[in-house]
Amino acid sequence: MKYEGVTAASQGLCSCHVCGLLSRPAQNQGKAHCPRCSSRLHLRKHNCVGQCWALLIAAYILYLPANLLIMMETGSLISYRRDTIMSGVIYLWNSGSMGVASIVFVASILVPLFKLIALTYLLLTVQKKSRVKPGERTRLYRVVELVGRWSMLDIYVVTLLAALVQLHSMATVKAGPGAIFFGAVVVLTMFAAMRFDPRLIWDPFQNGETLAKCREEAGLPNLEQQQDAPAPQ
Amino acid sequence: MLSTPRPGTKMARPPRTYVACPECDLLLREIDLAPGKSAVCCRCGATLYHNTTDSLYRTLALVTATVILFTIANIYPIIGIENQGSGNVTNLYGAVDSLWDQEMHFISSLVFITTIVVPSLELAMLLYLLLPLKLGLVPPGLALILRFLQGIKPWGMVEVFMLGILVALVKLTDDFSIIPGVALWSFGGVTLMMSAIAVTFNPRDAWSHLECRTADGDQK
Repeated sequence: MKYEGVTAASQGLCSCHVCGLLSRPAQNQGKAHCPRCSSRLHLRKHNCVGQCWALLIAAYILYLPANLLIMMETGSLISYRRDTIMSGVIYLWNSGSMGVASIVFVASILVPLFKLIALTYLLLTVQKKSRVKPGERTRLYRVVELVGRWSMLDIYVVTLLAALVQLHSMATVKAGPGAIFFGAVVVLTMFAAMRFDPRLIWDPFQNGETLAKCREEAGLPNLEQQQDAPAPQ
Repeated sequence: MLSTPRPGTKMARPPRTYVACPECDLLLREIDLAPGKSAVCCRCGATLYHNTTDSLYRTLALVTATVILFTIANIYPIIGIENQGSGNVTNLYGAVDSLWDQEMHFISSLVFITTIVVPSLELAMLLYLLLPLKLGLVPPGLALILRFLQGIKPWGMVEVFMLGILVALVKLTDDFSIIPGVALWSFGGVTLMMSAIAVTFNPRDAWSHLECRTADGDQK
């Protein structure tokens, strides 16, 4: 498969990230706007790499308390349990609901971890101007965007249980502090995935000048190549 | 699949029949699609646009049905539990409220926004857009609404909530007898309808009702 091609950026064209209209941003006017929907036009999502890293690192930090702290406290007359996400999955598995245990394991442990690793990999390869398997990396990004929302599963389960199981003498369920951190991880990784611009994956297949322009817009200064770039006019 | 111009082409102005792939920025020639087909980028495989049959009418019908189901799903109890005489029922807002009372404000707001606020906003804005368009009028603020709709879309998570209900049910069956509520079935319906709306609604059609300020955006 051939990866080189005429991109909109190489023709000085910008596609609006809101309505998709292709237009030529007006020169020398500073801020360009889409002629149809008036949103700001950017060659690539503005400063997206730095913002994506910030969100991702915050998510990495919160991922630890999300998994180590108590997610749910279950109390009844005869027993008292404090479950983290993992111990909740194990308990569910041992009590015979293997199917549901696997669903929860995938949604709350595998998916967040997969998202963190995948986005880190994508950001690193983009920064290194990697030309390795752009098609596969774009597909990876699509999967990250698609599965992210499903991590909210555990939050909803805890919400429903904590609201329903409030039989004072018999049994109570309380959400633990882990749920807060877990919710924050889901939200942060969703924002990070939205900020990432998949077009950066394909930019290394363009000519040097366009590549430099796109990377500058995305917040990736192109130090080695910038020096001998011809000045406009 | 769309085709791309030959490398080395220089264009003076953006021809109206071109689109750029949102995922790899390749310039592509627009083609007319047969009903029910979609256009795919020839380099990265991203879906660019669909030709949905009768998009306006179908979406409007689905949205109306979803509004009814969603109202039912929010008013009536989702599930009730019962064990040796004592029991409890909750509806969606009750669950949010109860979590708020347990000092879990962040989680409570997150659930409130993703399962109540965003889906209702989405439905309301779709109605606001589609009803006038069906009558041949362009509603004021079309661009703003479409933009907002696009922005909040990822945060509507009714289908994830539905799976959450099912997992909660399984966790509860050991200790309690369960009384399924009307809202449980309604949520199932809303989940299906919402995915149907996502397929039939075509933002590209809605955008095409807007005129550009200048013919091609060139302000030389």
